Amino acid sequence: MSRNTWKFHGGIHPPQNKQQSVSASIRQLPLPDKLILPLQQHIGAPGKVLVSVGDRVLKGQLLAQAKGFVSANLHAPSSGTVIDISDQPVQHPSGLPGKCIVIETDGKEQWCEIHPIDDYRQMDATQLLATINNAGIVGMGGAGFPSHVKIGTQQTISTLILNAVECEPYITSDDLLMRERAAEIIEGLQILAFILNPKEILVGIEDNKPEAIAAMRRAAQESTEANPGAPCAVTIVSVPTIYPSGGEKQIIQILTGKEVPSGGLPSDLGIVCHNTGTVHAIRNAVIEGKPLISRITTMTGNLVTDPGNIEVLLGTPVSHLLQHTRTSANQIHRLIMGGPMMGFSMRSTEIPIVKTSNCIIAADDQEFPDAPPEQPCIRCGACAEVCPAKLLPQQLFFYSKSKEIDKAKHYNLMDCIECGACSFVCPSQIPLVQYFRFGKGEVRKSKIETDKSDRARMRFEAHQERLEKEAAAKEEKRQQRAAANALKKEKQAKAKLEKEAAEAANPSTAASTAQESSNEPSNNDADEALETLKSNATKASKRYQQAKKALQMAEKNGADNIDKLREKILQLETKASDAKKALKEALPSPAKKIPAKSDATPNNTPKETDTSAVIAAATARVKVKKAQNALMAAEASDASQEVLEHLSTNLNTARTELEQHAPSEPTTGEAQ
Amino acid sequence: MEIFIAIAAVLGMATIFGAVLGFIAIKFRVEGNPIVDQIDSILPQTQCGQCGYPGCRPYAEAMANNDEAINHCPPGGEATIQELAELLGVEVIPLDQEHGEEQELPSVAYIREDECIGCTKCIQACPVDAILGAAKLMHTVIVDECTGCDLCVEPCPVDCIDMLPVAIEQNTWTWDKPAGVGESSVERIPVTNIQEAS
Amino acid sequence: MAFISVTSPHSHRANSTAGVMQQLLLATLPGVLALFWFFGWGILVQITLSVITAVLCEAGILYLRKKPIAFYLKDYSAVVTAVLLALAIPPIAPWWIVVIGTSFAMVFAKHLYGGLGSNPFNPAMVGYAFLLISFPLQMTTWLPSEGNFGASTGVENTLQLIFSSSPADDASNYDAFSGATPLDELKTQLDLDQSTDILQQQDVFKGFIAGAGWDWVNVAFLIGGCFLIWRKIISWHIPVGFLAGLGILAAAFSLYQPAQYASPLFHWFGGGCMLGAFFIATDPVSAATSDKGRFIYGFLIGLLIYIIRTFGGYPDAVAFAVLLLNLAAPTIDYYTQPRSYGHDKPNRGTAKKDS
Ligand code: SF4
Ligand code: SF4
Ligand code: SF4
Ligand code: SF4
Repeated sequence: MSRNTWKFHGGIHPPQNKQQSVSASIRQLPLPDKLILPLQQHIGAPGKVLVSVGDRVLKGQLLAQAKGFVSANLHAPSSGTVIDISDQPVQHPSGLPGKCIVIETDGKEQWCEIHPIDDYRQMDATQLLATINNAGIVGMGGAGFPSHVKIGTQQTISTLILNAVECEPYITSDDLLMRERAAEIIEGLQILAFILNPKEILVGIEDNKPEAIAAMRRAAQESTEANPGAPCAVTIVSVPTIYPSGGEKQIIQILTGKEVPSGGLPSDLGIVCHNTGTVHAIRNAVIEGKPLISRITTMTGNLVTDPGNIEVLLGTPVSHLLQHTRTSANQIHRLIMGGPMMGFSMRSTEIPIVKTSNCIIAADDQEFPDAPPEQPCIRCGACAEVCPAKLLPQQLFFYSKSKEIDKAKHYNLMDCIECGACSFVCPSQIPLVQYFRFGKGEVRKSKIETDKSDRARMRFEAHQERLEKEAAAKEEKRQQRAAANALKKEKQAKAKLEKEAAEAANPSTAASTAQESSNEPSNNDADEALETLKSNATKASKRYQQAKKALQMAEKNGADNIDKLREKILQLETKASDAKKALKEALPSPAKKIPAKSDATPNNTPKETDTSAVIAAATARVKVKKAQNALMAAEASDASQEVLEHLSTNLNTARTELEQHAPSEPTTGEAQ
Repeated sequence: MEIFIAIAAVLGMATIFGAVLGFIAIKFRVEGNPIVDQIDSILPQTQCGQCGYPGCRPYAEAMANNDEAINHCPPGGEATIQELAELLGVEVIPLDQEHGEEQELPSVAYIREDECIGCTKCIQACPVDAILGAAKLMHTVIVDECTGCDLCVEPCPVDCIDMLPVAIEQNTWTWDKPAGVGESSVERIPVTNIQEAS
Repeated sequence: MAFISVTSPHSHRANSTAGVMQQLLLATLPGVLALFWFFGWGILVQITLSVITAVLCEAGILYLRKKPIAFYLKDYSAVVTAVLLALAIPPIAPWWIVVIGTSFAMVFAKHLYGGLGSNPFNPAMVGYAFLLISFPLQMTTWLPSEGNFGASTGVENTLQLIFSSSPADDASNYDAFSGATPLDELKTQLDLDQSTDILQQQDVFKGFIAGAGWDWVNVAFLIGGCFLIWRKIISWHIPVGFLAGLGILAAAFSLYQPAQYASPLFHWFGGGCMLGAFFIATDPVSAATSDKGRFIYGFLIGLLIYIIRTFGGYPDAVAFAVLLLNLAAPTIDYYTQPRSYGHDKPNRGTAKKDS
């Protein structure tokens, strides 16, 4: 049964090199002593660690729990003890370490409790989805996108695609899996179909894998015969061998002729696409109840004496694999995880196998010679001819190199799938993909930077605004006070003049009243004194209010008036201080009053504090005075608004300080 | 008579075209940001004041209104100068070293929290309010919001603020730009094989 | 032991820029042989002179620019430029013509713009245009074609012709040997109100299509061009567009007034048409980028060539047409970006700040 297929643009035919690893069947290795499990084996947030060092874990036990929606669980691949949770070399092209859980295996392979599902058709879709989610399954073709996210799509799915293309040279893990476990894969597809309820199931296999195609056809046939009521039949489609037909976007185009919109997902087209290994893992999770703890990895490269496919526990260090495939590790020049087109070079043999490691290539410099020096681009267009995303790599290269990211984006840099076809054909040996990765990094960085600088700008503006508001508020208060003081002084001056007059008339009474109010240390009297002081304070504050209003009125009348008013204030002030001097002569200093009053307070504050309070009050007063002088000088000398504002703020702070230290002095203003 | 027809025709055409042009001008008017905003959006918003202005926006205003030179912003460095040159149609000039040097890596402030005495001086200095804390309590920097402007370092009476380069992690790491024409972009990593040694 | 860390892909097709250039040179061989057969030793002398000049110039400039000389010389791009320029120059042009032209091409058209890959204009054609404008007489004087690998003129005679004259010499010196090209002659004759019937009558037009020898030269270049397309060194878009543009205009005019305008065949196989279509216009550095863009680019060159040939002052027009379109290539690129995978329509124009 042949089905129409479509072509994607470009594509290349790199040497296959698959025959080395297909002759042997899938085998297992002895249990490694140590399993290193990176928390980040998938796209999305790393999981939350549930175990701690020293814990004993069982095979299949949950070690780290998915954090957020796009994340995946991580399970113990074998039983043993957690000996370390720390940064280890991991599968990242940067070579930067990542957090790992290290398990020392005990060789018992003791399973934790598992829950196989006998008949998944009795379950409902959400339960199955939860099972898949719990099993920590991610896309095993290389990208590592959590599978439950893909399957749990809310969109209606019409086509389920099994991406069994495996177009990368060297890799044969899916090929072998299909040859040996076709029935299980078909079963996995049926489970997915049960959840997603698509109209058709398509399996795309490159025509260089005739055995796999035959095995899958047979299994599909048997499955339809066994379950005549199955929702929909599986169609095996043999697709032409061309790289990169195994790219998700490319296989969708080949099988359906549709293009995934830029920035969109296959589910936007009603398509869900899964890799062979993933579907097999889903089947194991549902039918056997086993989480994802192992995978098939191809060991190949010309230094590997026993190449082939190995069912390996996740977390097995690559060195273990090298050792058991009799690889001359000291000749390794390039150690690649993944295929030769899109894989990355590892920096250490201690890196563990993870969920996405489909292949390890150990090669010397005969097999993968170092790239010759880059030459100038001659714009031959060979790259554009092979680009499956139909981009113009030569332009992208040009703009990435000169960091003109706007232009690079205009030429759709972000749609590049980094397949490497362009680099493969470039006669000038330009590492185009690296330029694109660099360019994409720049795009991301600039986005982060713009975001950050936008935020900084907003915060800075908010900060400025706040400062301005504070300053404005202070300025307002200052003016109110100034006006209040002015009025008060006027009144007080009058009052004092009268008093003076009275004193002059009858000095002894005045003196005695003054003595009474200040020099009575007894508790009761102190209380009384306190009362009087309080009432004085309320009276003063009332006067303040009146004065405020007056000043506001004055302000409304215009600047001239204010200036005049200020002059008046000055005059009044001098008068007031004169008056005050006179008063002082008649009265004991107010500083003495305070300790008396403080002593009287019931909580018996020690004397020291009182003296310090007095000193503080005094200094505060000096500050107020200084500030006011400065302000006046500035006002007189036509200083700029800013300076004035600044000074007035100073003055206000000084005043507040003073108020704090001498709250009971209603005549604070006068002290100036 | 003909002359009037000619004049009328010319006037008529002028009116029609004028109307059309006017309409187009209104219909397709480009809502351009005022130039200050455009300049400000190029500046890094570090708000460090190294340019001699109390923040990026004042510098942007000075460039827009007073022809201030475009090379006074060290945090922005070459890239900013280039963008400014492009926007303002002036020549690219090297960074004025008097205002400071461009830093290789962005850095952010960290407060050594056990040494912090809670004097709030750094809070007052921070232009983007990236420091949290209250009087007499330990302070801390919101790393994500810190622009690395350095302004909080100097006011700290106990010198407990460090400017540390932002560490590159797996998710912020990017590939380097290849070395360019004439070079092969290969990095060699010396490896000692534990397996072989044992 | 050291691992290397490098970006994917890890394998690479065995090809190189030098390989591309070598194949290009190989493809000029039929044309060179044809020119040799019909016009004698001159062409070989010119190529030798030109290549030597080009390599020396390139090495000198690389030295001045402090670049690795051997690394750049190995890409053969200088040799290709030199050969293409030499092929366009009359075989008996004096030696200083080709030396001046080549050095101009290398210094001004190539390295002043930053060297290989950065030149907006086709260096060989810049050199040619420069020569044509500066030395029109020397540049339009061709020997009549003869056959027999120049047996009648002889090596010595040719060398003498090429090396004996200096810029100061009177042009009449070689009037005795020389003649105009068929294209030239046709133009002159048509200007004299002759009809295209002369194509059948005069000696100079005695080839099977477009003048003695010239048609064969063009056939040879066509063969070389097909080789290039077969080897995927060039794509078919530019040559096909080129020939289509030229052919359509020529056909339209000659159908309209056959007596006044030569047939498309004459245009296709006359002058430097095939050399231009397959070797000159396809210079990738200065051409448009996308397939569609390349077709348009070629097509416009074809149109321009016809217009300049028929109505302009110069007998052949490949150089000017190519240079003009080099200028237009960026604009063509702006409007012919291919539609990328997953996009509804191609991007147009230049990048916008927030696109
Ligand atoms: S293949 Fe290489 S040399 Fe050719 S256009 Fe692309 S980048 Fe340039
Ligand atoms: S790496 Fe990107 S630009 Fe190059 S061929 Fe692949 S998709 Fe196209
Ligand atoms: S120097 Fe500092 S304050 Fe000035 S523009 Fe640059 S980042 Fe902003
Ligand atoms: S925390 Fe310090 S370095 Fe960071 S933005 Fe605030 S003042 Fe600048």
